[in-house]
Amino acid sequence: MQHGKYRFIVGFLALPLLIYGVFVISPFVQAFQISMTDWSGLVGTAEFIGLDNFAKLWESDEFWNALRHNVYMLALVPLVTLALGLFFAFMLNVGGRRRKNEVVTGVAGSRFYKFVFFFPQVISITIIAVIWFNIYNPDPDDGMLNSLLGAFGLDALQNSWLGEKSLALWCISAVMVWGHVGFYVVLFSAAMASIPRDIYEAALLDGASRFHTFFRITLPLLWDTVQTGWVYMGIIALDAFALVQIMSVNMGGPDGATDVMPLRLYLTAFRDSQFGYAAAMGVAMLIVTMTFAVLTMRFARRERIEY
Amino acid sequence: MTTEEIEAVTKQGPAKPAGVTRRLGPTTGRTSEGGVLNVFSHGILVVWALMVGVPLLWVLWSAFKDSNGILTDPWGLPTVLHWENWANAWNDANMGRYFVNTAVVVGGSVVGTMVLGSMAAYVLARFTFPGNRFIYYLFVAGMSFPVFMLVIPLFFVLRDFPGSSLLATYHGLILVYIAYSLPFTVFFMTAFFRTLPTSVAEAAMIDGASHTRTFFQVMVPMAKPGLISIGIFNFLGQWNQYLLPMVLNQQEDKYVLTQGLAMIALQQGYENDWGALMAGMMIAMLPVLIVYSIFQRQVQSGLTAGALK
Repeated sequence: MQHGKYRFIVGFLALPLLIYGVFVISPFVQAFQISMTDWSGLVGTAEFIGLDNFAKLWESDEFWNALRHNVYMLALVPLVTLALGLFFAFMLNVGGRRRKNEVVTGVAGSRFYKFVFFFPQVISITIIAVIWFNIYNPDPDDGMLNSLLGAFGLDALQNSWLGEKSLALWCISAVMVWGHVGFYVVLFSAAMASIPRDIYEAALLDGASRFHTFFRITLPLLWDTVQTGWVYMGIIALDAFALVQIMSVNMGGPDGATDVMPLRLYLTAFRDSQFGYAAAMGVAMLIVTMTFAVLTMRFARRERIEY
Repeated sequence: MTTEEIEAVTKQGPAKPAGVTRRLGPTTGRTSEGGVLNVFSHGILVVWALMVGVPLLWVLWSAFKDSNGILTDPWGLPTVLHWENWANAWNDANMGRYFVNTAVVVGGSVVGTMVLGSMAAYVLARFTFPGNRFIYYLFVAGMSFPVFMLVIPLFFVLRDFPGSSLLATYHGLILVYIAYSLPFTVFFMTAFFRTLPTSVAEAAMIDGASHTRTFFQVMVPMAKPGLISIGIFNFLGQWNQYLLPMVLNQQEDKYVLTQGLAMIALQQGYENDWGALMAGMMIAMLPVLIVYSIFQRQVQSGLTAGALK
């Protein structure tokens, strides 16, 4: 069955590899090249300037400001999102009342809950941004959140949200959490469903409370999935471009309070035409992302439990 | 609220007469712990379901209100159904054009991704040849590249494309979408083809079918469940894509839906037609909503497949 094997292999691989090479691999390589030039976009005018762009980046308060915001989100958003995701998934799978013959059951309607929770995951980030822009409307009577707080007599909590320098970044982080919790509920539910029921039953018979079973059984057995989820969510927290671009006051405001690395890169490249400098930001983002992923994998590693 | 009421609110509890389930368990301490937990879990789950569901429903009911109503009374239900919002969105706000643009681009790129991705994956999964591992890892590595780092060089790859510029063209965007969907598609489909039995393909070959024919007539039908999952994954990802068109498709008559919506939203102001914006968001969401409602299980398992491995 060797006849035409290599012709077939080449025929099937050539086009996918060509497209992938031209539009993904070659830009990846070029990004490093461009980052060492002062290119402004005109053909043939790029001047090699070594690591000057990186030196400039190191000195740039604007970039550090943006990076700091990404790091804040990196510290908070995955933690909150995964904690809520785990909590809801546990509720869905183990929170149900006792039925005949079954000690551990999920709550009724778990499919419905998953349908709703997961929904933000399938709609466009621009739609999510527009919705939350309206929720955070600063007007005390017209804003959705503010008027809701007013209706409950919580006028003291009313705020200008995205217009408030100390709050704006956290308002945007909350939207990220809101949008991604459902993904982790579904992910962790699938992983929890594969844990044998008798482990829970044995623990419950031995007198463990359900909260103990969560920390002693569920969490250790899900650790691999949690770790992967952490990396996924961290990469999302290192982005935040679309939300900031559409929701924040004056793109990254008020007064730079919500600026993030990808927004810096985008404006530097496509508004200011400093492509060399922007490419250096891209390389810096790659380094930050890789460092985060490697550190997470390294420090979160636990002995794998087979079951 | 009692549990029964909460279940009624979520309209999900299988229709069982109230109290029956409660009588099933003996009244020991353990059961009451389960009962308390059950009320508690439902309470919390309902709160989160409302937090997620209400903003989405708000878009639906706002799509029938006039701009003034949306701005001054965001929580109010529409008093008169303003159907004209939908026509305004489709015609005046150009959502119709953006919808067609998106459909053309995503239609082309989903088909292209599926065909090219499964071809490459099949060869990588089933044939041994020098460089197989290298090519596989080359594809898989693409999953970890931050797209932001690539957009600047990518912009110039398209601008300076031999022949004519690919910026703001359907085929340019289609090629880029295919290229950026290949890593996960190849990764997923390679794993899938490896799980399929080899005997059927071998039988077909013995009967004289060529490799190509074996692939299209034997392997592709066998791989249908995997193709559906990854197809939905790619459809959703490409339909909602925002960054790539923003950079590579900066010409208003070629805008896709996400760009059109962002443009309207960024021109915020009271002269804006908010009713049309809400109707436009519904128009953009509708295909996704349909796919998600029909294929809930496949969508959820498809989108989480990458993280579960």
